[in-house]
Amino acid sequence: MFNKATITFLSISQNEAFARNAVASFMLPLNPTLSVLSDVKTAVSEAVTNAIVHGYPDSVGDIELTIILSDGKLHIEIKDYGVGIESVDDALEPFYTTKAENERSGMGFTVMKSFMDEFSVSSRLNEGTTVTLIKYVNENNA
Amino acid sequence: MKIKYKLDKGTLYIYLIGELDECSAQTARDKIDGLFTEIIGISRVIFNLYGLTFMDSTGIGMLIGRYKKLKKMKVDTFIENPTTQVEKIIEVSGLYQIMPKV
Repeated sequence: MFNKATITFLSISQNEAFARNAVASFMLPLNPTLSVLSDVKTAVSEAVTNAIVHGYPDSVGDIELTIILSDGKLHIEIKDYGVGIESVDDALEPFYTTKAENERSGMGFTVMKSFMDEFSVSSRLNEGTTVTLIKYVNENNA
Repeated sequence: MKIKYKLDKGTLYIYLIGELDECSAQTARDKIDGLFTEIIGISRVIFNLYGLTFMDSTGIGMLIGRYKKLKKMKVDTFIENPTTQVEKIIEVSGLYQIMPKV
């Protein structure tokens, strides 16, 4: 089965639930297990929260969510056009946060890595950040 | 998200109900901290997560923040009844090391 969806939404926190539930709805025809569904929802929530909080710290901008299902692979891309990440290596370290004063746990990327099968992040200062999340899904259930 | 509570023999049970993410964390934080100032005679706090249908790492940050606050008040903090999704993120983040499960 091949399917694709693209949604652009504003970087406001009300859209965190919208984005993760949109991905969950996209997955429903695959009959995912509850565990796969919640893994993906959690990872998407982390990536979208990062884009809102860190990508656009002082402004509201567009976040592009692309979901592609192809050959048993669910490929999710979350892209912002915000400030970018100064050091991706630092950001990937567990507990690393630039906003400790706001009680940020610094676990976002660690959660994405643990909950998905493949994960990557690319970022350029003042151009934005793209997070790619991949989950293998068993299409035989569908 | 909704927050309910019950005080029983010095134990403050805090029930988190709904979805805890960046959008709901600030309200949750304010409500919970309000309980810590209003209620006198708290000897320990148990977060009941049975009704929490979703939590991401922003929720972990919020819980660690409450732990730090309570530690200064010399109050121990625990977690009970997390759902499977919530339990997984708690384990990944190592939260049980400071807030054990009861």
